[in-house]
Amino acid sequence: MASEPKAAPLAHHFDSYLQQKESASLGMWLFLGQEIMFFGGLFLAYTVYRWRYASAFAAASNDLDLRLGLLNTVVLIGSSLTIALAVRSAHLGKRKDLVGFLLATLALGGVFLGVKSIEYAQKFAHHLVPGPHFRFEGADPTQAQMFFTLYFFMTGLHALHMIVGMAILVWMLRPAAQGRWTPDNHNFVEGFGLYWHFVDIIWIFLFPLLYLIGRHHGA
Amino acid sequence: MSETVTASEAPRENYLNRDHSVASWLLTRDHKRIAILYLIGISIFFALGGLMAVLIRAELATPQGDLFPADVYNRLFTMHGILMIFFFLIPSIPAVLGNFLIPLMVGAKDLAFPRINLLSWYLYMVGASFTFVSMLWGGIDTGWTFYTPLSTTFATGQVLLTAVGIFIAGFSSILTGLNFIVTIHRMRAPGLTWFRLPLFVWAHYATSIIQVLGTPVIAITILLVGAERLFHIGVFDPKYGGDPVLFQHLFWFYSHPAVYIMILPAMGVISELVTCFSRKKIFGYHFIALSSLAIAVLGFLVWGHHLFISGQSVVAGTIFSFLSMFVAVPSAVKVFNWTATLYKGSVSLETPMLYALGFIGVFLIGGLTGVMLATLGIDIHVHDTYFIVAHFHYVMVGSAIMGYLGGMHFWWPKITGRLYPAFISKVAAVVVFIGFNVTFLPQFILGYLGMPRRYHTYAPEFQTWNVMSSAGATVLGIGYLLPVLYLLWSLKYGEKAPANPWHATGLEWQTASPPPLENFEVTPVVTEDPYSYPDGTLRPKEVPVGV
Ligand SMILES: [Cu+2]
Repeated sequence: MASEPKAAPLAHHFDSYLQQKESASLGMWLFLGQEIMFFGGLFLAYTVYRWRYASAFAAASNDLDLRLGLLNTVVLIGSSLTIALAVRSAHLGKRKDLVGFLLATLALGGVFLGVKSIEYAQKFAHHLVPGPHFRFEGADPTQAQMFFTLYFFMTGLHALHMIVGMAILVWMLRPAAQGRWTPDNHNFVEGFGLYWHFVDIIWIFLFPLLYLIGRHHGA
Repeated sequence: MSETVTASEAPRENYLNRDHSVASWLLTRDHKRIAILYLIGISIFFALGGLMAVLIRAELATPQGDLFPADVYNRLFTMHGILMIFFFLIPSIPAVLGNFLIPLMVGAKDLAFPRINLLSWYLYMVGASFTFVSMLWGGIDTGWTFYTPLSTTFATGQVLLTAVGIFIAGFSSILTGLNFIVTIHRMRAPGLTWFRLPLFVWAHYATSIIQVLGTPVIAITILLVGAERLFHIGVFDPKYGGDPVLFQHLFWFYSHPAVYIMILPAMGVISELVTCFSRKKIFGYHFIALSSLAIAVLGFLVWGHHLFISGQSVVAGTIFSFLSMFVAVPSAVKVFNWTATLYKGSVSLETPMLYALGFIGVFLIGGLTGVMLATLGIDIHVHDTYFIVAHFHYVMVGSAIMGYLGGMHFWWPKITGRLYPAFISKVAAVVVFIGFNVTFLPQFILGYLGMPRRYHTYAPEFQTWNVMSSAGATVLGIGYLLPVLYLLWSLKYGEKAPANPWHATGLEWQTASPPPLENFEVTPVVTEDPYSYPDGTLRPKEVPVGV
């Protein structure tokens, strides 16, 4: 395997690169469709309990760190830009740029997870993790606990998708450097780009739902 | 390797004989071999689930609990339901027949994503193994429905392990559906327009939509149940401010459409059989094709009929009641079209056709009792009785298995290259039909008389009907055993099958039996509509051999 690897070939069961590309892209969109339904269950649960426990949810959301959340939002939007540029580089056949933008995306993903773990650590320290050690100073600790249950579930599942994405990014570095993806055939990069944007969009919904809605001024 | 073929028939390379190593099977990306792998997997779990059914019917032969204590009985019917639904009925037709046939029917070399197809099988096997281990470890007693807070707080069995198994198997189902949709969109042969697709393909397209959009919802729900159990937190547990009814909504949002994952592919099979064995172009092709899509869409809007007595508002109950009746319309459209196809056709009662007619009979009873149950007042009366058990066995078990066996007998020569004995297979089809009805018709009566489901003891006046049901189950068991025996026999001793033993239309019959590795020697070009049987032509038996 020391010699220069060839560009990704046309799979045996396709007739043309176009057919292969269209299949890959439809497959990815369908996968994202199932992802939306997967997260949809949680968004439904959030909606039900936000409706039912409006004031407790508003009070609990004050315990989230708005500045860190905002920082992470900016970081993720930045990573969406870098992955879009990576796809463009693959499209233009610019191998070095592709590797560079993949690395940048990886770095931004790392920053996001770092900030997220700081937030999680704060919640542990303040006994805001649901379970036997949960403490909440507000009027309805049980209802506030529901907020944090959903907070951890939704952001945790989102972070898990980030980790999977970053593992794939690491894997992509070598073939990207070796020129596996050509302007004709870079379905993998394009599909991954869609996945990464999807993970970003989930966060774009999570941020206002968890951090912003019902927040008190000056809290 | 010893060859039994005659000299004139030189052994042709096909997908089965080109490589015999174990690795060539376990690492195969050929959709046809993956279909065989699935066939082996689902047969094992069907046998296990069937064994539980035997034990259940044995216990219910007498009013007392003489074989098992209540606790063991609870585990038996739970594991019966879980194995049969998640590991047999849902994958059965799509993963075996669909996998084998869809690329052939659309004139492609394989599914769009062969590696993902293999991954689906492994996910299925891993998920099934988790569930199997949990059974050996004591199983669970929540019923297949996992209702909270029983499943999250009070149940003592291996809920977590079973849930992990179902979660993993769910992704197998999602990936299979995804693969089918992409294949049907992107891999059709030249000239094969949407309205030239066989109805089997249309049915699988609709099924796949449900698999891709419905399954993730049960996945996240199971994940939440598992987390509640593991970490003592709760989204569904009232103790933590949760709402058990939310669980029921999420559960049935998948599990009602899941009924259509089981029944739609069977309907696709029946459409193929009815038209082939009537030697007549199918009546109302467009209506049958689009009614599959209508069922897939409407199927997502009726889940609330499982919550009629769970604290749902009267308004919601009424709307769900209406929608549940409405979903019967596209199903009825299919039945009418099949009947119209039979009318003035040259009907021949080959084994697959017997199953097709059996399907129509069983589905009619299942479907009509479904309309009864969609009526609020009746449902409240018979809720949680054997009437429900009988209804869903008719509509999703009887119908799905009739479709599965009918399809199996129709395409067996294509899959294996062998013919099976005609007479004994017809006997088996009749035995299955009789056994099924004798098992489950009495349960409608029992339910209407008020016998509740899920108890291992019952009032003595119910015994006659229960004995009848258990006797029917014995007959049914024999009916299932027979095909296992003669189909296995045919693998070695069966007559060699020609490319098109039924003289059917469809691309899969235009290639050899069994097909070569990449399905067709030359990519086919489609120039005509499907099912172009000249009306009233010869029955399959009467067509001169060698066509
Ligand atoms: Cu239902």
